[in-house]
Amino acid sequence: MKELWSIFNKGLILENPIFVLALSLCPALAVTSSVIVSLTMGLTVMFVITANNTVVSIVRNLVNPKVRVPVYIVSIATIVTVAQLVLQAYLPDLYKALGIYLALVVVFAIILARAEVFASKNGVIRSFFDGLGMGTGFLIAMLIIGAIREIIGSGTFLGIQVMPASYNAPLMLVLPAGAFILIGYLVAGCKMLVQHIEKSKA
Amino acid sequence: MEYLTLFISAVIVNNFVLTRFLGLCIFFGVSKNVNASVGMGMAVTAVMTLSSIMAWLVYTYVLVPFKLTFLTTVVFVLLIASFVQLLEMIIKKHAPALYNMWGVYLLLIATNCVVLSVPLLNVESSFSLAKSIVHAIGSGAGFGVALVLMASLREKLRLADVPKPLEGLGVAFILAGMLALSFLGFSGMISL
Repeated sequence: MKELWSIFNKGLILENPIFVLALSLCPALAVTSSVIVSLTMGLTVMFVITANNTVVSIVRNLVNPKVRVPVYIVSIATIVTVAQLVLQAYLPDLYKALGIYLALVVVFAIILARAEVFASKNGVIRSFFDGLGMGTGFLIAMLIIGAIREIIGSGTFLGIQVMPASYNAPLMLVLPAGAFILIGYLVAGCKMLVQHIEKSKA
Repeated sequence: MEYLTLFISAVIVNNFVLTRFLGLCIFFGVSKNVNASVGMGMAVTAVMTLSSIMAWLVYTYVLVPFKLTFLTTVVFVLLIASFVQLLEMIIKKHAPALYNMWGVYLLLIATNCVVLSVPLLNVESSFSLAKSIVHAIGSGAGFGVALVLMASLREKLRLADVPKPLEGLGVAFILAGMLALSFLGFSGMISL
C-alpha cells in the first residue's frame, strides 16, 4: 500500500510532468486560458495516461520489443479516439474549445514516456497507479495555470466574476505571451519547492 | 496571391510555436545552439510537407469515401510515424552524410505534435492539395524561424547572470514569452 502511494505521489510534485519533467508543454499553454477548459483537458489526459499504462502493462509480455513503440502508439491513439468521441457526443462546446489539441494528446511525450519507462516493466496495478499519479500531477498543473490565467487575466473563476467590477484585467495573461512568461515563473517556483523538499529529506 | 497570404500567415501571423504553442518540446530542447536549430527547422519542414501530401491523399481518397473520418487521428499518427521511420532507413542507406547531419532529428520528430498538427489543420480547414502543401511549407518555415531566433537569444543568455531557480527552462520560457509578445505585433496584419 505504502509502495503504491509512493508510486502515485511522485507524479504530483517531484516528477510533475509539466513543471519538472517539462514534457507535454503544448496543452499547458494552449488550452489553459480558462479553468473549465484546463479541467477538461487535464481529466482527458489523466484518463488516457491511466488507461494506456494499464493496457501496455497487460500486453507487455506479448509484444516483441522491436515493435513496442508502434504498439504503444496504436494503443494511445485508440484511447484518445474514444475520449474524442465521448467529448464530442456529451460536451460539444468543450470539444470545440479544445479543438486540435485534443487529437494531439496522441503525441504527448509524457504518455509515451510513462509507457516506455514504467508500464513496460511493471505489473498492472503499479502501472495503473503510476498513470493515475502522473495524470493527477498534470491535472493539478493545468488547474493552477488555468486558475491564475482566468482570475488575473479576465477576473472570473469558472465563468463567475470574482474580481470587483472596477477591476481592469490585464489582457496580457490571456494572450500567448503571458502564458509563456507565467509558466517560466511557475517552473522556477516548482524548482525551488523540489529543492526545498529534497533538502529537508537529506 | 491567395497562396502568398496563406504562406505569410503560416510563417509569422499564426506562427506555430509562438501563437499556437505546438512543438514546444523540440523548441525548448533543440534551441540551445543555432546550427542544430537550422538543421531541425529544415528536417521538420521536409517531413511536414511530405506527410501533409500523404495525409491529404489518404484522407481524400480513403477515409472520406469509406466514411472512416472518425479514424483520422489513428491513421495520421501511424502514417507519419511509419513514414519517418522509412525515410530514416532510406537516408541511412543512400545518403549517409546527410544521415549523420540530420538523422538524430528525424527520430525526434517521428511522433511530434508539430508534424501531426499540420495534416490535421489542413483537414479541418478543408484545404486543397496545393493549399495544404503551401501551408505545410509555411508552417515549417515559421517553426524554423522561431527556433533560430530562440537559439540565438539563448546563446547570448549563456553569459547573462540569471537567478538560480530561473536558470535553464524558467528563463527560456520567459524569453519565449518576450518573443511571442513581439510576434503579436503581426497579428491582424493578415486576416484569413
